[in-house]
Amino acid sequence: MGRIVLDKVEKNFGEVTVIPPLDLEIEDGEFVVFVGPSGCGKSTLLRLIAGLEDVTGGAIRIDGEDATAVPPAKRGLAMVFQSYALYPHMTVRKNISFPLRMAKLDKAEQDRRVEQAAAVLNLTEYLDRRPGQLSGGQRQRVAIGRAIVREPGAFLFDEPLSNLDAALRVGMRLEISELHERLKTTMIYVTHDQVEAMTMADKIVVLQAGRIEQVGSPLELYRAPRNRFVAGFIGSPKMNFLEGPEAAKRDAQTIGVRPEHIAPSPSEGMWKGRIGVSEHLGSDTFFHVHMEGYANPITVRSGGEVAMHHGDTIYLTPDAERIYRFDDKGLRIV
Amino acid sequence: MATEHSRSAARLMMAPAVFLLLVWMLVPLTMTLYFSLKRYLPLRGGDLGWVGLDNYVRFVTSSSFWPSVQTTLIIVGGVLLITVVLGVFLALLLDQPMWGQGIVRILVIAPFFVMPTVSALVWKNMLMDPVNGLFAHLWKFFGLAPVEWLSQAPIFSIVLIVSWQWLPFATLILLTAMQSLDSEQLEAAEMDGASPFARFGHIVLPHLGQAITIVILIQTIFLLSIFAEIFVTTQGSFGTRTLTYLIFQRVLESQNVGLGSAGGVYAIILANIVALFLMRIVGKNLDA
Ligand SMILES: Nc1ncnc2c1ncn2[C@@H]1O[C@H](COP(=O)(O)OP(=O)(O)OP(=O)(O)O)[C@@H](O)[C@H]1O
Ligand SMILES: [Mg+2]
Repeated sequence: MGRIVLDKVEKNFGEVTVIPPLDLEIEDGEFVVFVGPSGCGKSTLLRLIAGLEDVTGGAIRIDGEDATAVPPAKRGLAMVFQSYALYPHMTVRKNISFPLRMAKLDKAEQDRRVEQAAAVLNLTEYLDRRPGQLSGGQRQRVAIGRAIVREPGAFLFDEPLSNLDAALRVGMRLEISELHERLKTTMIYVTHDQVEAMTMADKIVVLQAGRIEQVGSPLELYRAPRNRFVAGFIGSPKMNFLEGPEAAKRDAQTIGVRPEHIAPSPSEGMWKGRIGVSEHLGSDTFFHVHMEGYANPITVRSGGEVAMHHGDTIYLTPDAERIYRFDDKGLRIV
Repeated sequence: MATEHSRSAARLMMAPAVFLLLVWMLVPLTMTLYFSLKRYLPLRGGDLGWVGLDNYVRFVTSSSFWPSVQTTLIIVGGVLLITVVLGVFLALLLDQPMWGQGIVRILVIAPFFVMPTVSALVWKNMLMDPVNGLFAHLWKFFGLAPVEWLSQAPIFSIVLIVSWQWLPFATLILLTAMQSLDSEQLEAAEMDGASPFARFGHIVLPHLGQAITIVILIQTIFLLSIFAEIFVTTQGSFGTRTLTYLIFQRVLESQNVGLGSAGGVYAIILANIVALFLMRIVGKNLDA
C-alpha cells in the first residue's frame, strides 16, 4: 500500500507551465521530501498527487493502478495542510473522526480509532476543545490525527511546520519521524527548509522551476550533488562557490567547497583572507572571510572556541578531496 | 483607552452623539406613551383628557388585534425563510468563478436600491395585475385562468414582493461570508471523503451560521414595520393587516391618536418578544 508512480506528469495553469513533464517513483513505506525554493511547484506537485488539481498530461499510478482520474477521496491518501485546515466549529474529537463519519464507519470503531490517535499524539485531554482553543503545535497534531485515523496508503504533508516556532518545529520534526517509524506508511513531505529535508527524508527530491534536479538519499545529495543548484541547496551553511583563477586552476568554471571542509589557521594555508562577521554558536564558529579578488565572503566553520576575531588575517586550506568542480552549465565534473 | 484622562476625554467627545440619540429616541417614545393615556381625537374634539389604560384595553380587545399580530409574524417568518434559503443558494452560485461575475453581482444587488413603494407598485401593476400583468399573460399563454394575486393569495403576494426586496441584502452578506471560507477546509473535507452535500452541510453552512444570524436579526427589525408594500397593494384588506398597518388605520383613518399610540406601545412589546426569541434561538452563533 502506497507505491506512487508519476509518469510524465505535467501541469499548466493556462499558458504557464508550472510542472514540465516529470517522472518520479516513490516506493512503499518511503519518507520522501520535496524541497526547492519558493514557487518551484512543490505544493502543486503534491496537490496533483492528492487529486486536488487535475494533471495537464501524463499519468499518476498508485499501487500499480491508474489513479489519474480518480477523485481525491478515493485515492486512499491523507493530506496535512500548511494552514492545518481544521474545521473550526467542530471539537477536536469531531475533527479527527470526520473522515470516519464520512466513511460511515460504525460508532465503536470510530471511537476506538479516535482514542488511539489521540493517545499517540498526546491529544487525549483536548478532545472536547475546539481548534480555536489550541496552540499551534496542538492544532498541527489534530491535523495529523485526522490524517492517521483514515489509515491511508500515504500521507501528504505540505509544509506542516512552517507556522510553528523554531523549538516546536524541532519537536514536531522528531514526532513525525517517529510516526513514520511506527506506521511504516509512505509519506510525502513538502518543505523549503533543507534541514527538515536532511533530517527526515529517506529520499530527497530537489525541485527547481518544476523540474527535478536530483533524487537521492540525504547523504548522496550531500556527497555527490549533480549540479551547482543542488550543491548550493543541500547543506547548511551553504556551500561556497568560487570562480576565476582558483576555478581555472582546477579546469572548472566554478568550484565549490563546503564551510565544514575548509581548515582555518591564523598562520599558514592555501588562501589568505580577512575575517569579517563571525558567528559564535558555542559549538561552532562561522567566519565570513573576505578574500582578495572575490566579491562574496567565504563561510568557514571552525571549532567552538577559537581565538580569532573580526579583522584578523586568516589562512584557509580546503580539503582537496572535497572540492566540487562545476562546468559552465553548472553540472558537476566528476 | 487606558488612562483616566483619555477615558474622560472620550466620554466628553461621545456626549453629543449620546445626547442626540437619547433625544431622538426618548422624545417620540415619551410622546407615544403620553398620547396612549389620553383620549385624543384630532377632528372630533381634540384632547378629551386622561383615560388611564382605556386605550390599551380597547386596542387588545378589538377583534382585529390578534389577527394582525398573526399576520405580522407570518409575513416576517415567510420573508425570512425565503430570503435566507434563496440567499444561501444565490451566494453559493455567485461564489463560483464565472464569466461576467461583476455584472451579475450588481444585477443581484439592484432590487435593494429600489424604493419599497416603487417596487410594490411595479409588482402590483406590471406583474400581478390580473388583466395586464406579466403573470396573467403567462397564465393565459398556458391556457390557465389568470390569478388575482392580491385578493386570492394576498399574504403570499406581499411576502413575495418583500422577499424580492430583501433577497439582495441577504445574498450580499452571505456572499461575503462565503468568500471568507478557507478553501483549504473544503479541500480537506473533500480528501476526507465528504460529498458535495456533506461539504455544504458540515463546512459551508456552519461557517455561514454567524452571517445567517445577522441577516435574520437585521431583517426582522425592518420587516416588523413594513408598511409601504401593504399600503400600495392591498391597503390592509384580505387579511393583510399587520400590526403596523392597524396602528396606521387607527391613527389616520379613525383619527384616534390615543388608541394608535397604545398600539404603538404593543408593537414595541411585540418587537422585543420577537427579538428575545431570536436571540435565544440564533444568538449563540454570535459568540464564536
Ligand atoms: N491556481 C494557480 N493559477 C496559476 N498559477 C498558479 C496557481 N497555483 C500555483 N501557481 C503558480 O505555480 C507556481 C508553483 O506554485 P506552488 O504553490 O506549487 O509553489 P511552492 O513550491 O509550493 O512554493 P512555496 O514554497 O512558496 O509554497 C508558482 O509560480 C505559482 O505562482
Ligand atoms: Mg507551497
